[in-house]
Amino acid sequence: MPINFQHKPGLVAYITCGDPDLDTSREVALAAIRAGADVLELGVPFSDPVADGPVIQAASDRAVRNGVRLGDVLHLAADIRREAPQAGMIAFSYFNPILRYGLDRFCDDSARAGLDGALVTDLPVEEADDYVEHMRSRRLATVFLATPTSTDERLKSVCDVCTGFVYAVSRTGVTGVRQQLAADASALVDRLRQFTKLPIAVGFGVSNPQQFGEVGGFADAAVVGTAIVQLIQKSGRGKSAAEAVAEFIGGLRAGASAAVKA
Amino acid sequence: MATGRFGPYGGRYVPETLMAVLQELEDAYNKAKAEPEFQSELDDLLKNFAGRPTPLFFAKRLTEHLGGARIYLKREDLLHTGAHKINNCLGQALLTRRMDKKRVIAETGAGQHGVATAAACALFGFECVVYMGVEDMHRQEPNVFRMRLLGAEVRGVDAGQRTLKDAINEAMRDWVTNVRTTHYLLGSVLGPHPYPTMVRDFHRVISREAREQIMKAEGRPPDAVIACVGGGSNAIGAFYEFIQDKKTSLIGVEAGGRGDKLGEHAARFRGGSPGVLQGTFSYVLQDEAGQIANTHSVSAGLDYPGVGPEHGWLKDNGRAIYTSATDDEALAACQLLSRLEGIIPALESSHAVAECIKRAPRMQASEVVIVNISGRGDKDIGILRENLKIDG
Repeated sequence: MPINFQHKPGLVAYITCGDPDLDTSREVALAAIRAGADVLELGVPFSDPVADGPVIQAASDRAVRNGVRLGDVLHLAADIRREAPQAGMIAFSYFNPILRYGLDRFCDDSARAGLDGALVTDLPVEEADDYVEHMRSRRLATVFLATPTSTDERLKSVCDVCTGFVYAVSRTGVTGVRQQLAADASALVDRLRQFTKLPIAVGFGVSNPQQFGEVGGFADAAVVGTAIVQLIQKSGRGKSAAEAVAEFIGGLRAGASAAVKA
Repeated sequence: MATGRFGPYGGRYVPETLMAVLQELEDAYNKAKAEPEFQSELDDLLKNFAGRPTPLFFAKRLTEHLGGARIYLKREDLLHTGAHKINNCLGQALLTRRMDKKRVIAETGAGQHGVATAAACALFGFECVVYMGVEDMHRQEPNVFRMRLLGAEVRGVDAGQRTLKDAINEAMRDWVTNVRTTHYLLGSVLGPHPYPTMVRDFHRVISREAREQIMKAEGRPPDAVIACVGGGSNAIGAFYEFIQDKKTSLIGVEAGGRGDKLGEHAARFRGGSPGVLQGTFSYVLQDEAGQIANTHSVSAGLDYPGVGPEHGWLKDNGRAIYTSATDDEALAACQLLSRLEGIIPALESSHAVAECIKRAPRMQASEVVIVNISGRGDKDIGILRENLKIDG
């Protein structure tokens, strides 16, 4: 199933898999899709998440302690895919777990699980030749990060190897909730449009309906991660987390369309 | 684009946000390297601020005690701020000024790199923030105070095992956030390109001097050079100019900790496998699913699950060999060197001394060994007091 943003603006929902447990991750993922997420990012827990802020660090740490590993995330993906054949779904990981799992095996098992692609946070384009080749051979999308500090030359090379969508990082920094989205974000999206016709999703800091609507004004989609992870942590396990996330996503959608109408 | 490989190891595995600044740093370094004024300014600082050249001291009583090879000590412990780390800090401080940045961040394990960074920042008038695991702040308390006295802000890191690796994670997060105004003064031959190459170059002076000194004293290169390996900066500095001397054994000593189980040591070459950690591809202690393992060493500076990529390559191509010393062996070596030579080595350097104690008696009296004493043990007085039963 190719990645497709059905809604305007599109919504990419991130969860750290296995926090608080894999069953909750599954229920939250399915609830998010029902509530209007176009693409799921299944976060692979890692012991040293250098690009993440405190909320996702802590979630990742809990999941690692729960014993959740890349293999479990791929199983989870297969479970979700059985019940949600239409949704876009990518793995979101640091490189070492994939390297250790084996690139070939990762791509095979991802394709078999019904994942549409992956984003590897600490794998810049220069180091990604092997990875891209393996992913292409299984028709898996390779999403890369573009950032405000990237030069035009770099943005072009990022766009050249991206498939599925381009993930535009709204500002310098780690993942986390922000009060304001920097003007950096819309400038970056404008720069990216010169180099790609792919959808552009803006992430890092989007946490409320107003920001969601704002991003919808200049990008194709917004990525919401930390706010969801935080909500799951507050809501406890299973259904209650799933309901809270569904309500939150419903609120984003309602707020954004209200903003568009106004 | 060159990505700084040593055989298969090295590279630049960082989030996209840092790619432009790493290129900027690489360009600034390459430009500086080509300018004689840069080298002469650095040489002047190394001489008049840091105290180079450091002596190569013939350890007569240790040699007699062990009854084998003639042992020389390269005295990096005599440098200003107490360890070799200042060599790199002065070099990177000059680069920071050239890049027109006024804020410097660093990580530190034992605190030696933090102190050297704080001193360099004081000298250059930079704002300085040092990240340090709270466990390390506790065990290397004197260095925490020294950093603060030098005007640095020390930020405790309360994540993971609260040691060096966690401090690097936090420094990288700071850098990702403040990349436009801040230079990350990384303290070892770790991390993304160009750090492993650049930091090595700033420490090559150790073996450049040692080679000249030993040629003068013995008329030939040594049979062995021994250095401890945490990230590997003092070891690569001590080895580098001897790589050409094919008969010289290069011996790196990792932290054997208190046992062979994963989590009980920091012997990456014995218990680790290739992986990506904190920007570079090298040997890493990890579980079967690629999660980074816990480590243990009595020495905070060696207590790290990864190792510099050039060491990975020297290991694979056989030019260097890597062994380990346990906590107890290092503590005993520290005490022995203190009593026989009047030199209290850092617990990191004590691992190199421990290897020398094992190796020298098996060598001929005509053979020559250089041990790099990378730092002094003043910072370790608390740990030594707890661990050594010294009366009086």
